Amino acid sequence: MELLPTIWFIAIAALWIGYLLLEGFDLGVGMHMLVSGRTEGQRRVMLNTIGPVWDGNEVWLLTAGAATFAAFPFWYASLFSTLYIPLVLVLLGLIFRAVGIEYRGKGNSQRWLTFWTWAIGLGSFVSAFGVGAALALTTTGLPIDADGNRVGGPFAWLTPYAVLGGLAVIGFCLVHAAVFLGLKTDGSVRERSRAFVVAAGPFALLPIVAWVLAVQFMSGSVVTWAIVVVAVVAILFGYLNARRGREGLAFIGVAAFLVAGAASIFAAVYPVVLPSTIDHAFDLTISNAASGDYTLGVMTWVTAFGLPLVLLYQGYTYWVFRKRLSETHLPEAHPVEPAVVR
Amino acid sequence: MDPLEIARWQFGITTVYHFWMVPLTLGLGPIVAIFQTLWVRTGNPQYLRMTKFWGKLYLINFIMGVATGIVQEFQFGMAWSEYSRFVGDVFGAPLAMEGLLAFFFESTFLGLWIFGWDRLPKKLHLASLWIAVIGSIISAFFIIVANSWMQHPVGVELVDGRPVLVDIWAVLTNNTALTAYSHTLFGALGVGAAFLIGIGWYQLWQRRKDGIDTVDASGRVVVGERLDVPGRDRADHGVWLKSLRIGAVVAILGFGGVAITGDLQAKLMFDQQPMKMAAAEAACQDGTSFSILALGDVGAKDCSQVVGVFEVPGLLSFLAHGDFTTEIKGVNTLVPEYQEKYGTTTADGTTVNYVPVMAVTYWGFRLMIGFGALAAFAAVVALWLTRKGTVPRSKGIMRLALLGILAPFAANSAGWIFTEMGRQPFVVAPNPNPSGVDGVFMFTASAVSSTATAGELLFSLISLTLVYGALMVVEVTLLVKFVRGGVAGVMPPDDTPADDDTDVLAFAY
Repeated sequence: MELLPTIWFIAIAALWIGYLLLEGFDLGVGMHMLVSGRTEGQRRVMLNTIGPVWDGNEVWLLTAGAATFAAFPFWYASLFSTLYIPLVLVLLGLIFRAVGIEYRGKGNSQRWLTFWTWAIGLGSFVSAFGVGAALALTTTGLPIDADGNRVGGPFAWLTPYAVLGGLAVIGFCLVHAAVFLGLKTDGSVRERSRAFVVAAGPFALLPIVAWVLAVQFMSGSVVTWAIVVVAVVAILFGYLNARRGREGLAFIGVAAFLVAGAASIFAAVYPVVLPSTIDHAFDLTISNAASGDYTLGVMTWVTAFGLPLVLLYQGYTYWVFRKRLSETHLPEAHPVEPAVVR
Repeated sequence: MDPLEIARWQFGITTVYHFWMVPLTLGLGPIVAIFQTLWVRTGNPQYLRMTKFWGKLYLINFIMGVATGIVQEFQFGMAWSEYSRFVGDVFGAPLAMEGLLAFFFESTFLGLWIFGWDRLPKKLHLASLWIAVIGSIISAFFIIVANSWMQHPVGVELVDGRPVLVDIWAVLTNNTALTAYSHTLFGALGVGAAFLIGIGWYQLWQRRKDGIDTVDASGRVVVGERLDVPGRDRADHGVWLKSLRIGAVVAILGFGGVAITGDLQAKLMFDQQPMKMAAAEAACQDGTSFSILALGDVGAKDCSQVVGVFEVPGLLSFLAHGDFTTEIKGVNTLVPEYQEKYGTTTADGTTVNYVPVMAVTYWGFRLMIGFGALAAFAAVVALWLTRKGTVPRSKGIMRLALLGILAPFAANSAGWIFTEMGRQPFVVAPNPNPSGVDGVFMFTASAVSSTATAGELLFSLISLTLVYGALMVVEVTLLVKFVRGGVAGVMPPDDTPADDDTDVLAFAY
């Protein structure tokens, strides 16, 4: 076993899990604004639950990408160039969503609000799909040759696994966000979110369960199956608590499910980071895709110092904004008029 | 169509665009933080208004920088995978450090600041803005470190033809990075300051036009108020005058810093990338003169048609070496040197043209300096014209002041276009002089993803350009709306500070 590449495999898995765990509910809240929000008040309550934290959460994606570049440049280069089209969609989705979150409240007209609701909702949907497809494909395989280059055209990635992974992350985000909204809001949004989890939760989670199982059947071991059992227990725990209206425990259950489920996937594919569907001799692994030990060593120090700090101050922001939100807490939107004498 | 050309256009367009938002974030951030510090320390409500107003513009712009920044990180792998493989051992590290040590701070604490009004203790709230602003400044450092390694590769060894990092400290203290970083930060201050000057000017002019402020016989301002217009009280005048004059001082400091660091940078560049500087001068022959104006086709590859019209003898040598006599190598001398060292063809047998597009480098260099000097001059004039407490009633001058906002943006863009285009045909430039690690270089033509098809690249180029264009319209519209709204737009009169009994948030989306 190679120590530093293994540490970095774990670090990148942790960054992706952190991303799905945190931005998971951001993306889901964005989609719920479009599909579950019935009134402007409900949509604003939803948006403001993630308002102070979403940008910090998105940095997990940026850091996961950059860490992959730094630690496994050959993985980064092959994965990103092969998935050109889906990643363009992710970028466009994230752009619309980010701008929408910040700009939506800076106008009052119905057209303005509706446009940005769609930008946030659809942007979240598309980027969740693309991220899910990318993660599913890096764990199940892409058609790459001996140089790590894609064999086939721009849509060579579009396989059932891509669709499954896309749906898996979308479904997970919807459930995760509903549990999150149940925990963070009061009034109608809280009621509706709870109802969503109870009624639609099991179905929405089917694709992610299928992905976890598919990877296990491909490359699982006793250890990784044991992690799957933990995930199953966690989601049952979460669901039962959601039914009983115990929102905090439900959130813990869903979060633990995500952590264990994703960990089971990463543990199963280790030490392969990107399997080749053409020939397993072309697989990218932690050995042939990694940077040198010096680079990995430097990055280990930086991460050992930086990441605990990140957890600390991000945790602090969640503490500051821990109060439940409801429509009565929201200040009225006021129009901005030119300060001129008419 | 050639995928390489599309990928280059895409990188150019997305980077120049991203770097309209970034310098404004870098420049306006510390200014807003200083305003809030002044408010916390003095309790003067004018500074609170300044914090709220400029802070709002800062945020409207900030988010566009965030949204377009992700594209930058992703497209190395998407469109430039050969580059990513070649430089991965070195180049990814500063990007990951940027995320871990800077961008997390910036994003998390800015969220705390936006929603933390009246919820966090005053000093903690102020501290969160400072941490976010410092985060953005550190973030810029790591990005410049990454870029500077492409200009001047250091801290690596060549192993099997690929650079392998052996000294991270050398990469982080690359002299190219330190000068480029300070140059960039001063340039960004100029951008933020021009915003304060232009918008402050407009507001003071509007107050005069509306007859709120008048001037007495000696030209000194007589401050008035119009209580029927939201925000137009007496204190409002000070908000804009202070903003404008602080902006002018910051601009002068910024452009002074830009000139000094730019000179240091140029001296390094003569040493590290002689071809870039020769191309910046359209200097075909060796010489000592700095060209003020050259006519003819500076883009002609063989240099045959360039006619120097007005040159200052000795100045180029002075800029490069501090004396008036050392000859600077021209393009015609350098090309054979480059050919000898780095070959005449790329790996796939294409002939290499070592001369950058001289029309771009020559004019990019001059536009950068020209717009920078123009903005600095405008700041001095603004300081002089407002010495009696307000601005002239002239609508034309007000429009010029608003237009002046664009000058430092243009200088920034021109400078980056010059330095990136001047590095061509390399994506990682070799250093003919021995200060860098010799032999570490990559041609741009070899860097593009070998799998990327013209169709994929056109899809992203067109969709990103259209979306960027539309969002630019939205951003400018919003900025104009909040600029016209003045203080009342960001602090409505009924917006009394939340007392402890109410649960209504001070701010919500």
